[in-house]
Amino acid sequence: MRSVKPELILACVAGALVLAGCAAGGGGMAAKTASGIPLGMTGPHEVAALPDRPKFGRPISEADIAPWNIDIRTPDGLGLPPGRGSVAEGKTVYDTKCIACHGADAKGGAMFGTMVGGIGSFTTNARVLTPGSMYPYAPIIFDYVRRAMPMDRPQSLSANEVYAVTAYLLNLNGLVPAGAVMDAASLTAVKMPNRDGFLIDDRPDSAATRCMSNCN
Amino acid sequence: MTSKSSEKTGSQSPGREEGGRRPEARSRRNFLRSSAALAGGGMLAAGTKAAAAPLAIPSIAHETGRPIPESVYGMPSKFEAHVARRRTDVFKNRQNWSDWSMSPLQHQPGIITPNGLIFERHHAGIPDIDPATHRLVIHGMVRQPLEFRMEDLVRYPSVSRFHFHECSGNGLTDWLKPASTTVQQTHGLLSGVLWTGVLASTLFEEAGVDPRGKWALFEGADSAGHARSIPLEKVMDDTIIAYAMNGERLRPENGYPVRAVMPGWEGNVSIKWLRRIKVGDQPWHLRSETARYTDPMPGGKWRQFSMVMEAKSVITNPSGGMDLKGPGFYEITGLAWSGNGKIRAVDVSVDGGKTWREAMLEGPVMDKCLTRFKAPWEWDGKPAVLMSRAVDSMGYVQPTVKDLQKTRAIVGFVQHHNAIQPWTVNAKGEVRNAIGQA
Repeated sequence: MRSVKPELILACVAGALVLAGCAAGGGGMAAKTASGIPLGMTGPHEVAALPDRPKFGRPISEADIAPWNIDIRTPDGLGLPPGRGSVAEGKTVYDTKCIACHGADAKGGAMFGTMVGGIGSFTTNARVLTPGSMYPYAPIIFDYVRRAMPMDRPQSLSANEVYAVTAYLLNLNGLVPAGAVMDAASLTAVKMPNRDGFLIDDRPDSAATRCMSNCN
Repeated sequence: MTSKSSEKTGSQSPGREEGGRRPEARSRRNFLRSSAALAGGGMLAAGTKAAAAPLAIPSIAHETGRPIPESVYGMPSKFEAHVARRRTDVFKNRQNWSDWSMSPLQHQPGIITPNGLIFERHHAGIPDIDPATHRLVIHGMVRQPLEFRMEDLVRYPSVSRFHFHECSGNGLTDWLKPASTTVQQTHGLLSGVLWTGVLASTLFEEAGVDPRGKWALFEGADSAGHARSIPLEKVMDDTIIAYAMNGERLRPENGYPVRAVMPGWEGNVSIKWLRRIKVGDQPWHLRSETARYTDPMPGGKWRQFSMVMEAKSVITNPSGGMDLKGPGFYEITGLAWSGNGKIRAVDVSVDGGKTWREAMLEGPVMDKCLTRFKAPWEWDGKPAVLMSRAVDSMGYVQPTVKDLQKTRAIVGFVQHHNAIQPWTVNAKGEVRNAIGQA
């Protein structure tokens, strides 16, 4: 029905789909990726685009995309820029640009709750979610602060400032010493307590039945 | 919310509709008719009372109406001003940038949510983006990085598809005990939309995905730079790069001028104000997919990449905060949906789940789309507990909270609440949220 380039389809779909369930009413399948991520029902779909494939994209170089290319692949730190920052420098950045919303020592402020503590709390019913307790990889702090903070002026901090405030938050959470300096290598090397805290989606996880009478 | 339930749906009653119905639905209707007769045994009250007074001739009949303006964007009647999107008054944020507003489902007939009522969830407020200067790029593990302008995107062959859109956090305030009053508060992070755009697969094929590519990072142009890692299988299957919704361009709060739509998946992966897509060979594990949008599990673990929205339903009429106007006929109606395909059936109970009967599904019934269900109910004036239970095309049956508690840690800020919603009706006709109570 659709003319597609065979090598692309092979790369993207056929090699990776694992059929995991029964055929659905619409002819689709419940599927998982090769790495076990549930996809829900997949096609074929009732509405398809016309088979023609005009090309309107404009070639662009990675160099020209660089100003937007801000993501960090957090498990191995790919994308972390050059630069460095210390815990002490981070406190200065924090007290200038972060404290108004997050409070002194990152313990919570006018708009947001604490960013300190909570390590070990997930086995209790009083889970405290902070960068220290929750993030499996330390470069997540760098990625998030750089893309979204400070909220009134995101993407305005220099790489050194982001490294510094990241070092400060890690130190407040007891994960690096007061003299620590963070750069691409040292930040990636920080071992986070929730590193192994995640399970890939394993739903459906309920087995409800369709009782019609004398239920409960 | 004081409206009588049967007046607000604006739809035909099950007995009047003949054209185009599938045989399966016809037999279902007959089943309902007989079961309603068995259950109620009484005559319908409507239409049996004599009018109290001669009809007055209203002044509008003597006056010329408003003229047609040269050009105008039409708005609802001034008498419908109570039908509005609302921020929650249950879970109060201390700021209004990373926040949400909820759709008034109790006022929505059918399966489409008007654009001005579609729920919102933003991570750093609503940007106003000039489409003339907006750019979308695809790069990373591709043969040729590409830039698209809006004028480029609208030239591709397009698709228009109906899908539900639901926030993973829908219902998070109401797991074990009632916190919300209305269905807008319990389930209003849900909308039904006709999305129009170009299939993501079209653009990815043009860029030429490296065979080693397995994931794509989708990133917004808003100041949160909200981003998620998406398996390429989803991108190539049914992801839409959408520029229109319900017959017009996207609203600013819904991603203008262009967004991703990942049908059947939690709303936040459908990145709004889409500016960048990067192909890679593994997920990025950003804050949004580790510290947020993960689900607490027993033993201190967190369920990750739980993006499919499982089958769910809710009765929108009668629903919390309404008052029934005495015993008699009511049409129980609501919405059902599943990220795992079509809705196959919805069952309704009026006795707190002891007995159930199958409701009528009002077509069309579409993949990963809101489906309207209806069931006649003759209220005898005694306390009742109304529930609905969806079954999808995979055979999955909507669970109760107790079912989900067997495997999940239901504490704190918990997402993916697709459990059965009970509404109690007391002898005075007051409808109340009874989550965790019934």
